[in-house]
Order: sequence, then structure tokens, then C-alpha cells
Amino acid sequence: MILNPHDWMLGLIGGLMIGGAAAVLLLVNARIMGASGVLGSVLDGAGGNVLREQLLFLGGLIAVPALAVAVVGAPATHVSGDLPMLALAGVLVGFGTRAANGCTSGHGVCGMSRFSLRSIVATGVYLAAGMVTFYLARHVMGAI
Amino acid sequence: MRALVAMFSGSLFGLGLLVSGMTDTAKVQGWLDVTGAWDPTLAFVLGGAILPMLVAWRVAARRKVAVLGDAIPALPEQVIDGKLLGGSALFGIGWALAGFCPGPALASLGWSGIGGSVFVLAMVGGMIAYQLVQRRVAVAA
Repeated sequence: MILNPHDWMLGLIGGLMIGGAAAVLLLVNARIMGASGVLGSVLDGAGGNVLREQLLFLGGLIAVPALAVAVVGAPATHVSGDLPMLALAGVLVGFGTRAANGCTSGHGVCGMSRFSLRSIVATGVYLAAGMVTFYLARHVMGAI
Repeated sequence: MRALVAMFSGSLFGLGLLVSGMTDTAKVQGWLDVTGAWDPTLAFVLGGAILPMLVAWRVAARRKVAVLGDAIPALPEQVIDGKLLGGSALFGIGWALAGFCPGPALASLGWSGIGGSVFVLAMVGGMIAYQLVQRRVAVAA
């Protein structure tokens, strides 16, 4: 097990920022902050004010961390070099989160915090599937 | 106003993902690596994110209406079906293979290189594919 105090403190601070962002969106705009939900609704052809709002959310989500990184320097990143594997993973994540109607932010953060049974079940399933997949792909097959 | 709030929320969400380390695929895969070099950071991130939302849902339950006048979204009907279970399983498989879920994949587009872009494009493709399947099922039914 690896865990230095620095990691968990930054994890907690970043987590509070994520939850704060979700709380503002809920209490001011009456919207659930789900990354797959926002992107999916744009792709599904949301129109008018909803589209504008969703696009600005995505704009902030993509541009502001990029700007921060441009100023303070790039953080550690370990994106795989296996592009076909990344493409397969991306398709599974996109298809799966739309079918399940949520991902880590929508179900994990926003749904679990209101004790939604659907969200608690979804989070249990993707965590379990992720852990089993990682075990098989890394420790059994050596594919990732 | 709605638009500004949405942009603020997206920005804070992205910065939170960056600060927490969740844009690093190795930290996410480390969390999933329960039989290996397990990294519990993600639990602190999820716990930290749930805390403000526990308060927010309490406030929302009392007010029923958000600051800008819209009704707080009702709890969806609690159906546990194949779509929820199968979709979450597919998501978990992809999450483990890449170390990316949708939020961090988008937030790190600026520096995650060709691999990050391939993942996001494929994710968009997967979302569109689901929408097409959904339409076909709706037509058939």
C-alpha cells in the first residue's frame, strides 16, 4: 500500500473542491453535476439555454485545468501508449456511462450523497468491475 | 447568470480533479489495484467530494427550489435494471483499462497527449453508439 500524507491531503482538498462545484451547480442552477451526463446531453442534442450552460461547464472543465498546468507545470501523467486499448476503454466508458445514466461524478458523488439506491448499486458495480478487470489485465494477462 | 455559474462549477470541478491527483491514470489504477500496490487516495477524494454534497442535499430538501428559481431535481425512480448494472460494469471495465473516467479524461485533455485525446474521442463515440442503439430499440418497440 502506498500512501504518503501529501497524497491523501491533496486528495481530500481536491475532493472538497469537486463536491463544492457540485453543490454550487445543484443549489444555484438546480443541476446534477455529472461529467458523462453533461457531455451526453450535448451529444444527444440538448438545445438553447441548456446547451449553452452545458458547453460553458465543459469549457471550464477543460480550459481551466489546462491553464493552471500551463502556469504551474504539468502534473504526473501515466496515460498508456497503447492507443487501441485506450480506444476500446473509451468506447466502454462512453457506452456504459450513458446506459447506466451516470459515472463517478453523477452516481458516485451526487447520487450517493443523497442516498440514491441506484447510485449506490451503480458505484458498487463499477468499482467491482474495475478492480476485477485491473487484476485480470495487469496481474494475470499482463496487458496493461 | 446560469451560464456563468455553470462555467464556474466546471472550472472548480476540473481544478479539484487536478489537485486531487485524479487526472493521473496511475493513481486511479492504483486505487483499483487491490491485490498489488493499493493506493487509497481515491477514497479521500470521493469522501471529500461527498461531504459538501451531503450538506447541499439537506439544504436542497428544505428549499425545494434553487437560487435561480428552478425546482431541485427529484430523486429518479429507483429502478435497478440491466441497463444500470450492465452499463456500470462496462464503465468499470473501461475505467480500469485506461485509468480514466469521464471527468478526469476531459479535465486533462490539455496535457494528456494523443492517448488522452484518443480516449475522449472514443468515449464520445461510445456515447453516440448508445444513443443510436437506444433509438433503434425505441423504433422496434
